[in-house]
Amino acid sequence: MDILNAVVAILNFVVIPAAAYGAQLALGALGVTLIYGILRFSNFAHGDTMAFGTAVTILATWGLQALGISLGPLPTALLALPVGIAATAAMVLATDRTVYRFYRAQKAKPIILVMASVGVMFLMNGFTRLLIGVDEQRFADGARFIMDVRSFRELTGLKEGLAFKTTQGLTIVIAVIVVWALFWFLNRTKSGKAMRAYSDNEDLALLSGIDPEKVVRMTWIIAAALATIAGTLYGLDKAFKPFNYFQILLPIFAAAIVGGLGNPVGAIAGGFLVAFSEVAVTYPWLKIAGYLFPDWQPGGLLQLLGTEYKFAVSFVILIVVLLFRPTGLFRGKSV
Amino acid sequence: MSTNRQAASASIWRAPVLFAILAALFVLEGTVRNGMFSGSWNTSLAILNMGLISAITALGVNMQWGYAGLFNVGVVGFLALGGLAPVLISTQPVEGAWEAGGPRLLIALAAAVGTLALAAQVRKRLPKWRGLAVTAVLIGGFIIYRWLFDPAATAIEANNPARHGNIGGLGLPVLLSWAVGGVFAAAAAWAVGKVALGLRSDYLAIATLGIGEIIVAVLKNEDWLARGVKNVTTIPRPVPFEIQLQRNPEFLELANSWGMAASTASGIWVKLCYMLLFLVVLLSIILLAELALKSPWGRMMRAIRDNETAAEAMGKDVTARHLQVFILGSAVIGIAGAMMITLDGLMAPVGYNPLRYTFLIWVMVIVGGSGNNWGAVLGAVLIWFLWIKAEIWGPELIALLTSPMPDGNLKAHLLASAAHMRFIAMGLVLLLVLRFAPRGLVPEK
Amino acid sequence: MSDSHYLSATGMRGGYGKADILDNCTLTVDKGQIAVIVGPNGAGKSTAMKAVFGMLHLRQGRVTLDGEDITALSPQDRVKKGMGFVPQVNNVFPSMSVEENLEMGAFIRENDIRTTMEQVFDLFPVLKDKRRQPAGELSGGQRQQVAVGRALMTQPRLLMLDEPTAGVSPIVMDELFDRIIEIARSGISILMVEQNARQALEIADIGYVLVQGANRYTDTGQALLADPEVRRTFLGG
Repeated sequence: MDILNAVVAILNFVVIPAAAYGAQLALGALGVTLIYGILRFSNFAHGDTMAFGTAVTILATWGLQALGISLGPLPTALLALPVGIAATAAMVLATDRTVYRFYRAQKAKPIILVMASVGVMFLMNGFTRLLIGVDEQRFADGARFIMDVRSFRELTGLKEGLAFKTTQGLTIVIAVIVVWALFWFLNRTKSGKAMRAYSDNEDLALLSGIDPEKVVRMTWIIAAALATIAGTLYGLDKAFKPFNYFQILLPIFAAAIVGGLGNPVGAIAGGFLVAFSEVAVTYPWLKIAGYLFPDWQPGGLLQLLGTEYKFAVSFVILIVVLLFRPTGLFRGKSV
Repeated sequence: MSTNRQAASASIWRAPVLFAILAALFVLEGTVRNGMFSGSWNTSLAILNMGLISAITALGVNMQWGYAGLFNVGVVGFLALGGLAPVLISTQPVEGAWEAGGPRLLIALAAAVGTLALAAQVRKRLPKWRGLAVTAVLIGGFIIYRWLFDPAATAIEANNPARHGNIGGLGLPVLLSWAVGGVFAAAAAWAVGKVALGLRSDYLAIATLGIGEIIVAVLKNEDWLARGVKNVTTIPRPVPFEIQLQRNPEFLELANSWGMAASTASGIWVKLCYMLLFLVVLLSIILLAELALKSPWGRMMRAIRDNETAAEAMGKDVTARHLQVFILGSAVIGIAGAMMITLDGLMAPVGYNPLRYTFLIWVMVIVGGSGNNWGAVLGAVLIWFLWIKAEIWGPELIALLTSPMPDGNLKAHLLASAAHMRFIAMGLVLLLVLRFAPRGLVPEK
Repeated sequence: MSDSHYLSATGMRGGYGKADILDNCTLTVDKGQIAVIVGPNGAGKSTAMKAVFGMLHLRQGRVTLDGEDITALSPQDRVKKGMGFVPQVNNVFPSMSVEENLEMGAFIRENDIRTTMEQVFDLFPVLKDKRRQPAGELSGGQRQQVAVGRALMTQPRLLMLDEPTAGVSPIVMDELFDRIIEIARSGISILMVEQNARQALEIADIGYVLVQGANRYTDTGQALLADPEVRRTFLGG
């Protein structure tokens, strides 16, 4: 038995990728859950909002690169993020003004808002295509690795290598900072508390003199920032392709529902739960079994599901939660 | 009151006039040749046929949305599942495929279904340790399933992979497969509906989004089933081949009397045959749907949609009714999916794009008038026509708008991105109709 | 018409749909007074309260507060003028702590709210112990205290309570009434709707018996309790 190599392999192929992916999902799910908590509908345009924000960030990155500005070992995209966030915030505020506000005033059924968000999804999808096209874009620059396989082997003398990409490390660090900032805002500032109050009890918030339109605007701006950051980190880590951002909608919804729609802590837990399940279920465990049980010769790759079915994992998690605990693990809004 | 009467009298003429305008568009497409229209009946009928299939899909979606307010975001999945039926029912059996692993495959699938059923029973019956027991059943069942399934699938896929590598069909008539397509989609709808109905309305939308993506992923990756991305091209046709017609002396005479080349005439003839078939299906579904709507069942459906709480208070089982209508609507979508594969003569899973097959259908239903079957048909054919023509009109419009601009990067970029304008246009149409004419072009009576 | 009452809602007529629920209903409260509205189910008690607070459109009648006409103001603006309202149900922010509930009550205030919060904690000491606990996890009586405390945070001159003792035990009810008396002694006028008519009239300076949206009897609490007709018809003998 070779526990050390097995642990390194698990870290390398499961824990690190899943942690980075989980952080991206968590940021996405936070946006979905905040919008749900305040505006009370599932925003189908969230994936395309992420794509739009990332597209603007990429354009700004290219602009900075053309000017010769860089962040050294860190990706230039970090410098471009504020531009992406500002553009996305302007975009979602414009859609709120022109689309959602009308239905809010009418007190329309939530499903009508969901449908309107599908229309907005079309629009954002089109704008993203206009901006950057449908092709895959790579925009990561700076140092590729915090730790690469060769240096790790030389450092430790182990057979199994460990790679820790800059983008993965960055994703985790930024996610921690963003989540801390968000919770500080929600729990410590008057505006943040007003948002939570509005989410808790809309009528009482009105009686207390909280301005609903201001709360809604704040929510959209925060959601836009979260979406742009999540999208950019996802794009840096993998690659940017607009259609992937539509597909990531399902794991994001799964994460938000698992955690309990409207509950920010739940969204984060849900993001990591979905990511770890997805990676663990689609990873071929043969290599690790080889370290742990050298005498065992299994017939297959010990892969539960092909990577093509990774969405099925989010779906199954979603179904299980809907069956057993529709309000989510952390008790979100009512069924 | 007077405005109501006005609206009522206007609406008598509204639908016929709109349908007449739609017909005129297709006649223009068939006869006038200029920058906007092709002047080819072959093109016109090809658009119409696909439009009719979209109309049937839209009818299915309209049953779910218009009758019950259910938001199905997995239309693409139900269409794809229906499309599987012609492959499994009507293509010729593949030599050696059944022997390679057919029985074992069936046993594997039976084991999978058995596992789920057992898990459901365990969950219902067991007083304690339910979660643990269900998990154990599922894991055990999954291992048995994979042990049965993997060798069978590998063997089937290894059987003449260049030409087949799939389980093959039963060689039955292709028209029969249309009905089977409906059954496939209905079965999937039952499973999803059982879980997601009765909860918040958003949950069904999200669950259907998931099932849609999974069905398409299965079709893309399970080569033993329908050859995956290698496509199945041997779907039989319910109508004659053009080449057969061109060799038929009687047909050549007929073509002559039309004053057309045999190649053009045979294309038109085949498309007319398809059109008739599709119209028969479309009209039967509308007839059945209208009869159902006027029956006590339909009245109850509408009562539930208009006031769920009141209906529930009167003792109606809202969730059970919703499940019924969700299954029926999905079955209709499945039929349309089978028809589409038959028309294309090709099963190509890569083509199942949710933007095209889920959200475009939704635009059709909303524009046409949710709750109204004729509205759904009108919306479907009209939006399909515009969607196809926008591919041609869009760039021309951009070219016209940019013609005063100096040549340069911006102009080139705008010209190149005209294709993406279709999505923006569709999003705008959906939002504008939802806001300013929420009852659509042909409102519900 | 100038009015000497602190709150004066006169000749109110209005309802939700086409039919009026309130039929020429008049309610007045003086400074530091406790006014109680009682009456049978469906008499329009809560509706009258909502009308005073501007949550209901009035076809007729006017509402003045401290001599100023506030008939056209929104509920939010009435809060700014010195009215506090405690709804009957859903009257706290369940996922927020007791302290945060009180902070939200004072949302419109720009000045220091610590003194007011200390006053609320003095009034309801149990809330001070549970200040960090989510309001949704408290017992029914404690939750009512949070709700009243939240409304007091704007330092209202008139506090309106819609059935504050609904669903709490008799002991808690007595305790709540004691607190309400205490609040009134500090100079805040109280207008409340109560199901427990007998106990409420005991502490009432003025009582209104509403029937079908109209004033049937108006007198001091003690006088109403002593009136055999009122006792027989509305207080169950």
